[in-house]
Amino acid sequence: MIEVKDLKKSFDDKEVLKGITTTYEAGKTNLIIGQSGSGKTVMLKTLLGVHIPDSGQILFDGRDFATLDPNEKRTLRTEMGMVFQGSALFDSMNVEENIGFPLKMFTKKSNAEIRDRVQEVIDRVKLIDANKKMPSEISGGMQKRVAIARAIVNNPKYLFCDEPNSGLDPKTSIVIDELIQEITHEYNITTVINTHDMNSVLQIGEHICFLKDGKLVWEGNSEEIMKTDNEDIVDFVYSSELLKEIRRFHTGKK
Amino acid sequence: MIKMLANIGKYFIMLGEIFRRPTKWRIMRNLIFKEIDELIIGSLGIVAFLSFFIGAVVTIQTALNLNNPIIPKYLIGFTARQSIILEFSPTFVSIIMAGRMGSYITSSIGTMRVTEQIDALEVMGINPLNYLVFPKLIASITYPFVIALSMFIGIFGGYIAGSLGGYLAAEEFVKGLQDDFIPFHIVYAFIKTAVFGFILATVPSFYGYYMEGGALEVGKASTKSFVWTSIAIIICNYILTQMLLA
Ligand SMILES: Nc1ncnc2c1ncn2[C@@H]1O[C@H](COP(=O)(O)OP(=O)(O)OP(=O)(O)O)[C@@H](O)[C@H]1O
Ligand SMILES: [Mg+2]
Repeated sequence: MIEVKDLKKSFDDKEVLKGITTTYEAGKTNLIIGQSGSGKTVMLKTLLGVHIPDSGQILFDGRDFATLDPNEKRTLRTEMGMVFQGSALFDSMNVEENIGFPLKMFTKKSNAEIRDRVQEVIDRVKLIDANKKMPSEISGGMQKRVAIARAIVNNPKYLFCDEPNSGLDPKTSIVIDELIQEITHEYNITTVINTHDMNSVLQIGEHICFLKDGKLVWEGNSEEIMKTDNEDIVDFVYSSELLKEIRRFHTGKK
Repeated sequence: MIKMLANIGKYFIMLGEIFRRPTKWRIMRNLIFKEIDELIIGSLGIVAFLSFFIGAVVTIQTALNLNNPIIPKYLIGFTARQSIILEFSPTFVSIIMAGRMGSYITSSIGTMRVTEQIDALEVMGINPLNYLVFPKLIASITYPFVIALSMFIGIFGGYIAGSLGGYLAAEEFVKGLQDDFIPFHIVYAFIKTAVFGFILATVPSFYGYYMEGGALEVGKASTKSFVWTSIAIIICNYILTQMLLA
């Protein structure tokens, strides 16, 4: 579980996160949605500790990142996995080496143990015939699978995904979404996902935070988001004329 | 101007960061070998090629300018040796390396920045500056070998051009090479080379690491990196020459 309390973050004079309070529960896919530039990536990177918050608190199962000593920080770091928007695979390493990298870096496992664990997650994300390939030689969907495998190889408690669907076709997107959701349930991970893909929102939105200009303006799940009258949400969800027409047809609302 | 000073400050802070939170030795060792292979071994071919022909041209030019009969021919060998050891190999070759090594370093680190690979390292709790720049810095310790090779081949090129072109006899060239030999000149040349090696590893890393934007900016960063690496080399060359020889 991750508790966020009145989180604020500015760059130079620009206030990007304006006091966000929410709770992300374990075993759930928590979504952050919002328009481009609303602060989703900054939010995720602040949770990860890449950006240092100006004020507010982030508690990881009660542990406040800011007050931990270096050793505890390192431990907490190894409990986090991250899937980047562009996958961010190391292009000097093949698929296996990419996935095994966190283990090689942070565990005392032998090469044989690493190999076994890597194969286990490769099977889990259903990567077929790719072990020795370089990232540039595989498709975007496969790169995402590798990125997910690398993120979960060290059994994280917390998994962060920045727009896991960007650059994927709708069908592959759903497969990747479902994979992330399955893994979240299976290992009881606290998963936080950035997205502006409405399909994902409906498919795996167990808890949704809507960000607008750095403020959290709405929270709920995928059923509630379809019913709400919140103007910002309606505006975001029914972005095209076609969708607005459908909404009018079903609800009689304008 | 203020931005330049800020950048210089940022550069020195980066130098300190390189040594913090070191990466596991087992992994670092492989990275170092890889960088030596890429940056040093990979440069030998072009350096040998350039050195041979520039050594040859320097000798021919000197011969053509020293055609007064009262000047002894062996001075051609002497002059060629001095220009190659003192300036051509350490300074000129380093500027060319600013293009080859420098743009490789800037574009590889810059690409990692724009594709979030650096963020990925950071998230895993790795110090990206140590992981990426330290092995290049260690590899650059072997850079003086490149320059030593360049000196030998440059002088060899002069020897071949001088004798084959009929400018002077081979024995006269060798006599000139040994004439008035000052060992400190070699020391001076290698002090310069070590400093240039350090610049070649760190300045391009700086431009790659702190770049912003996308793929287009990687190209721009490489160009900027080449310009500033060359400027740093030229200025250090001036300062070191003034300090060590004057
Ligand atoms: N490192 C940074 N320095 C300065 N400003 C930044 C930095 N990172 C983000 N910003 C600014 O913060 C704002 C929010 O950016 P962010 O990347 O979080 O948006 P986003 O919601 O993820 O958008 P997208 O959907 O396009 O990914 C933007 O205006 C951006 O310019
Ligand atoms: Mg983003």
